[in-house]
Amino acid sequence: MHLLYPAVLAALLFSTGLYGVLARRNAILVLMSVELMLAAVSLNLVAFDVWLRDAMHSGQVLTLFLIALAAAEIGIGLAIVLLVYRTRGTSAIDQLRELGESAHPAPDEPAAERTTETTPT
Amino acid sequence: MTGQEVVFVIVGVVVLGAAVRCVTTRELVHAALWLVVALGGLAVQYLLLTAEFVAWVQVLIYLGSVVVLLLFGLMLTRAPIGPSPDADSGNRPVALAVSLASAAALVALVVDAFRTSWIELDRPHGESGPVGESLFQNWVLPFEALSVLLLAALVGAIVVSRTRGNEQRTEQRTEQRDGQRNGGVG
Repeated sequence: MHLLYPAVLAALLFSTGLYGVLARRNAILVLMSVELMLAAVSLNLVAFDVWLRDAMHSGQVLTLFLIALAAAEIGIGLAIVLLVYRTRGTSAIDQLRELGESAHPAPDEPAAERTTETTPT
Repeated sequence: MTGQEVVFVIVGVVVLGAAVRCVTTRELVHAALWLVVALGGLAVQYLLLTAEFVAWVQVLIYLGSVVVLLLFGLMLTRAPIGPSPDADSGNRPVALAVSLASAAALVALVVDAFRTSWIELDRPHGESGPVGESLFQNWVLPFEALSVLLLAALVGAIVVSRTRGNEQRTEQRTEQRDGQRNGGVG
């Protein structure tokens, strides 16, 4: 089999997941897109491991580790999303802005403070 | 094109279509079901690449538990039946541009780099026996570290999901039990 087939499929799958991460609003859908990106990485690992005939099976063992890490990530991520939903009442990631800087800062002291802080020297 | 390549292309088109539907559909539960199709097709790709152990682990872990967890998450936050128009945020054009640019760059790079590489699939590479031996001979220490990490993640998930948010959730059913527990602790 030509190596291009799995490699191109993995690249396209990664880009699809990237679109999902950037364009989705619900946090759980973002987690699903992250799963797609991890699956693309797994396909790459397996394909290159089979291509190289690695004696230590590095790619496949790392794929197994990646699957376990994805399970841990999805558990923690869902716990955090559920906690946020319980306390805030929403899981839309563009409404959870309590920790972010405001895009239009107030014209008094925060702007002055920021200009003094971020002035390059 | 050999038969394996034909099957790989067909299943790859299915995987890619399911992935695109997963990130573009407006029905949240359908997105999880399309994710099942995409990950199941990816298990078929692993089988075609003769990595059978990884394929069955993929089926067990991803299709068996991760998608069920995601469906539980969707049901516990909100479970709208039918399309929800606010599934996509406002930066769809930017996301589309970024993903198309990354797809073009990655595909061009991969095609340029591996134009003359062929995978030899006559001898299987990735049966359960050799992978298991390699896992428990060369990769024991990362394996144990990963098991500790999984335990920590599990404990962390439990701690995060059962904190003082109980006062909204505890109705008459668990009130008495919580009273006993708080009395015992405090």
